[in-house]
Amino acid sequence: MKPFEVTNEPLEPARYMEYVTHSEAGAVTLFAGTVREWTNGKRTMYLEYEAYVPMAEKKLAEIGVEIKQKWPGSRVAIVHRIGALSISDIAVVIAVSSPHRKAAYEANEYAIEQIKKVVPIWKKEMWEDGEEWIGDQSYKPGSE
Amino acid sequence: MIHLHYFAGLKEVAGKASEDIQWTDGTVEDIVKWAADTYRAFDFSAVQVAVNEEYVLETESVKPGDHVAFIPPVSGG
Repeated sequence: MKPFEVTNEPLEPARYMEYVTHSEAGAVTLFAGTVREWTNGKRTMYLEYEAYVPMAEKKLAEIGVEIKQKWPGSRVAIVHRIGALSISDIAVVIAVSSPHRKAAYEANEYAIEQIKKVVPIWKKEMWEDGEEWIGDQSYKPGSE
Repeated sequence: MIHLHYFAGLKEVAGKASEDIQWTDGTVEDIVKWAADTYRAFDFSAVQVAVNEEYVLETESVKPGDHVAFIPPVSGG
């Protein structure tokens, strides 16, 4: 298993929790992003994810490095699934361990926020009556 | 020759995930212009460019053999 990975396979959160857990850690936060059925009154049938895989994995690993610098003593695993995902499937798993809980919460949230800004992964919402690629048109990575 | 990579909506407009084009010299801005000219149905205004898997500015030069990826606004998570 790779700690920073984009994969077509279903994600198993427990593996990543295990990966970051160690004797110096006093807290582990485990985040799972799941496929939501209803968004702004529109019913999603399923989601289609795609990625620029080599770059996305590189960016995930960079987020891991940033987290270790910002929250010393932390360990991180971040994985994202691509392909067709059904309602309630897990799209992303972020596991962070740290000596104390505050850092584990903060670092975990930092990871998902960075994913949504800089990691080249896209989702398309498939509705009963149409489909659309989702993306914040106002944000350009690297413009901060 | 440079290698171009398309994703999400741009991949659908282009009808392909990648292609190679002849290229001798120029900047990222020049390539975006070429792509916007070639795939007029796609709005490039919010697209970011990565050269060899790193985000770059439009002033960056592109050399033969480079991999150039057009990155529409991302929506992972």
